[in-house]
Amino acid sequence: MAETRSAIGRYRPPQAVTAAPRQAAEADPPRNPGMPLELDWVREARVNRSAVERRAETLPKRRTVKKEWQLGWLLRAITLMDLTTLQGDDTDDRVRRLCAKARAPVRDDLLEALGFGDRPIRVAAVCVYHRFVATAVRALEGSGIPVAAVSTGFPAGLTPMAQKLAEIEASVAAGAKEIDIVITRAHVLGGDWQGLYHEVRAFREASGPAHVKTILATGELGTLRDVYRASLVCIMAGADFIKTSTGKETVNATLPVGLVMARAIRAYRERTGFAVGLKPAGGIRKAKEALDWLALMKEELGDRYLLADRFRFGASTLLADVERQLEFHVTGRYSAGHRHPLG
Amino acid sequence: MTTVREAFDSMSWGPAPESAALAHAWLDRHRRRFGHLIGGAMTDPEGPGLETVNPATGAALARVAQGTAADVDRAVAAAAAAQPEWWALGGAARARHLYAIARHLQKHSRLFAVLESLDNGKPIRESRDIDIPLVARHFYHHAGWAALMETELAGMSPVGVVGQIIPWNFPLLMLAWKIAPAIAMGNTVVLKPAEYTPLTALLFGEICGEAGLPPGVVNILTGDGRTGEALVKHPGVAKIAFTGSTDVGRSIRVATAGTGKKLSLELGGKSPFIVFDDADLDSVVEGVVDAIWFNQGQVCCAGSRILAHEPIATRLVEKLKARMETLRVGDPLDKAVDIGAIVAPVQLEKIQSLVAQGEREGATLWQPSWSCPKDGLFYPPSLFTEVAPAATIAQVEIFGPVVVLMTFRTPAEAVELANNTRYGLAASIWTENLNTALDLAPQVKAGTVWINCTNVFDAASGFGGYRESGFGREGGKEGLWEYLEPIRAPVARGAAAPPATPAAPAATESGQVDRTYKLYIGGKQARPDSGYSAVVRASDGSSLAEVGLGNRKDVRNAVEAAHGARGWARATAHLRAQVLYYLGENLAARREDFERLIARSTGIRAAAARREVQRAVERVFQYAGWADKYDGRVHATPLRNVTIAMNEPLGVLAVVAPETPSLLGFLATVLPPVAMGNAVVAIPSERHPVPALECYQLFDTSDLPPGVINLVTGPRDELAAVLAAHDDVDGIWYFGTAQGGGEVERLSAGNMKRTWVDRGEPRDWFDPRTGGGEEFLREATQVKNIWVPYGA
Repeated sequence: MAETRSAIGRYRPPQAVTAAPRQAAEADPPRNPGMPLELDWVREARVNRSAVERRAETLPKRRTVKKEWQLGWLLRAITLMDLTTLQGDDTDDRVRRLCAKARAPVRDDLLEALGFGDRPIRVAAVCVYHRFVATAVRALEGSGIPVAAVSTGFPAGLTPMAQKLAEIEASVAAGAKEIDIVITRAHVLGGDWQGLYHEVRAFREASGPAHVKTILATGELGTLRDVYRASLVCIMAGADFIKTSTGKETVNATLPVGLVMARAIRAYRERTGFAVGLKPAGGIRKAKEALDWLALMKEELGDRYLLADRFRFGASTLLADVERQLEFHVTGRYSAGHRHPLG
Repeated sequence: MTTVREAFDSMSWGPAPESAALAHAWLDRHRRRFGHLIGGAMTDPEGPGLETVNPATGAALARVAQGTAADVDRAVAAAAAAQPEWWALGGAARARHLYAIARHLQKHSRLFAVLESLDNGKPIRESRDIDIPLVARHFYHHAGWAALMETELAGMSPVGVVGQIIPWNFPLLMLAWKIAPAIAMGNTVVLKPAEYTPLTALLFGEICGEAGLPPGVVNILTGDGRTGEALVKHPGVAKIAFTGSTDVGRSIRVATAGTGKKLSLELGGKSPFIVFDDADLDSVVEGVVDAIWFNQGQVCCAGSRILAHEPIATRLVEKLKARMETLRVGDPLDKAVDIGAIVAPVQLEKIQSLVAQGEREGATLWQPSWSCPKDGLFYPPSLFTEVAPAATIAQVEIFGPVVVLMTFRTPAEAVELANNTRYGLAASIWTENLNTALDLAPQVKAGTVWINCTNVFDAASGFGGYRESGFGREGGKEGLWEYLEPIRAPVARGAAAPPATPAAPAATESGQVDRTYKLYIGGKQARPDSGYSAVVRASDGSSLAEVGLGNRKDVRNAVEAAHGARGWARATAHLRAQVLYYLGENLAARREDFERLIARSTGIRAAAARREVQRAVERVFQYAGWADKYDGRVHATPLRNVTIAMNEPLGVLAVVAPETPSLLGFLATVLPPVAMGNAVVAIPSERHPVPALECYQLFDTSDLPPGVINLVTGPRDELAAVLAAHDDVDGIWYFGTAQGGGEVERLSAGNMKRTWVDRGEPRDWFDPRTGGGEEFLREATQVKNIWVPYGA
């Protein structure tokens, strides 16, 4: 069966690397071009919930990092954050404040003490509503930090398709380098994989050069098997990243969901050689949780998935806890939130 | 602080050591010398004793005493002295003691975990997250059974002093599995931990004192195999519970044969891990990690034989190799280590030599690219492919982190391969199809079957083996029977079962004989292989009948015929009941014939014969009733799953019926196994075989499928010996002399078949409680626990 599967290669666009695609991807990662929807693959997907939960539960107990390693990992976690504000009461000033924090997420004295005085630590991106893209782009000018926009009728994703596409185009025009789109959950819940595929394909085309993160809203998909299948379809349609949640569902990024999505990414990589990123979002508030996610990435997808082009945290309050942990390690005293500048 | 930068750049796992300081402090407090814990006090360490070593570093941890025969005497005496009072305390009071032990265990949980990892080499993650929590759970669970004993196990009493011998792979967990049920049921124990890993048992003994357990209830005796042997042979021990290798188990079976000691054995395994093409393969890979890279593969129920469905075998191997690259071998006290140290040099050498043999025999070995630590006893996770069932590594227990992979084509072939082993401890089945899972679970010969999971345990679920993996269960209600015996009203000798003196088979003589009986094999009357018959005399000396003189070949044929009738086990319980009801009707219709036969044969009065036949009819109906009512249970284990405890027939059961009552004794022993789905080879009463032989006409007319009951007449103990030594017989019941019973037990060691032996004690067969009932059904079945996790 493995042999017949390699026939997938025929779907590979001609420009794709044919020999040793994985190594080539390491050197110069090409974007995932997607592939035709392969419904057999989607339908045969199997996910055993109890076994997935067991792995997700034991992994954080099998892996831990301490002392210098923990500090190194926490600093790395900061560089993987999409610092996010997606509230109804967001304003231009609020977004500018967040961008200032994105440029300097950790106090200089702490960085100095950690040996990073000469090495700036910045977050991966700032994530805002379309309305604030221009503001954020201006505020981040010269920092190299990209702006990500949620641009498809976030968070429910139920606005008309034409409007969603227009919103994406407007966000890209306003300077967004990354577009976080929400999928229509009805496609998944109704088993309309064609519908989902075409939707994401259209978003990808509308995004042009901007990278696409497809938000599955896993908390509303009901089963881990559907999370896996939706992941696969989004990836086949050309997603650059798959993202767990909008942060607005009642259940957001959980480790079992992340594990299932990581496995879908791995399956696609095994077949096509293309790497797709993962972004858990919503509910990750503690430094320890961030470390668990990094352990999950390292174990399931490898070290390459500890860099910002393959992994992101969608987070608004995680940074505050990471800062406090860093200070604790530097001073030996437990820190307080007010000792660290607000975002 | 360049290391933070290095860690930031490399994102490697750094060291994450668990401190061993408190464990070392505890050892230092004892000046690293330990005696035995007998009667609540530690004996003075004498002699050089044994050194216990940290296998990860080779550093000595402490010296413990080498138990002598005198030490065993003292420990057994202390346990015997404590037992009556412990039992008299009552269930509620014992429950409080077990509860207190559980609380104290939890209070010192980290000390236990660290000490266990130091002594055994297992990763702290496992001792901390798996072993110790299960230990505490075991005491909590059995505290409950202690409290419930008087109501739920009425009519049962403790056996007395229990000798327990445990292995080194789960030192404290095996201790808990042994001690908790034993003391909950009112027994007292002498436990010998393994020589490599005595420390947590000694700490446990100390904790028992702290928890206020009366002295002598738990005695800990350290030492090597010689100490164990002395314990096994001690006449003051009423029961031996052993977990360890099949070889040692076999020698214990032989050593205890005929002594009247109860015995439970939990032995080796070569458990199949069956993967169908519709399984969640990524989860399967983690299952394999839990199956064979748990506790360095030093797990009796380790899934060490992967049976992969052909369509997915290649993909599974690729996934396994990728996963093996991320496993971490090293310091057991590192919190981020998956595989720790092998317990002792001799074990490491055994693994190395079996792996070398596997390669020599042509299998392909794969090990991850990273290198194993060189200092200390470490072995990398290993996968063998291109393995044939005939390969040594596919058959013998490696007891290390080494798994072999074979392929299958169909579910039937998966079952065939799974059962192609002498062992039968556990099995794991991976499929997303409930039909496939629940079809295979009963077909696999294993005491525990895990569906889509592996190596999960709980105190509420019985664990134990089929076949040469041993007998008896630990955990659940089924585990309690090992520590109990029925309270029976004394029966006057001679009243129910006169001591049997085997009748000398008279030479064939001419003259008036009423009937000629043959053997009854496979539903047909069969001439004995010997070509000889014997005259059975009536009580007045006249000849009653001629019966065939069976020999070993007849036994062989009968066992073959019984195997041919294994479909009986798959027949519905309703159908089995109907056949037995029909048999009861036919017996009732011929009541008077049987009464006459019994009276003539045994010389009892007509009224007594009438009573016997009446009881026999009742007994037939009793088991017809039981056939579809001896249900299993669903255990309340703390996982989202259904744990089904199924009562399964043993398979082919040999029954050596009591001499008298000739008809009732025969039916009372043959029918319970038949009702439960076994096929039976029966040896009827030697002196009075005729009433039993007369039954074969009833079998023929009652739609009993051929081979379900086979009768071989002849010299009882000779035939019993052939059956006991037959490796394709799954169990044997023997109701004869104490000496004959001992011989049956001794010979059963060949394939470790289940035995149930009446030690020449009289049993009132007329009493439906002692001559029938659940005890008989329990002995005719074995409990299989099937774990079925669920989740949409």
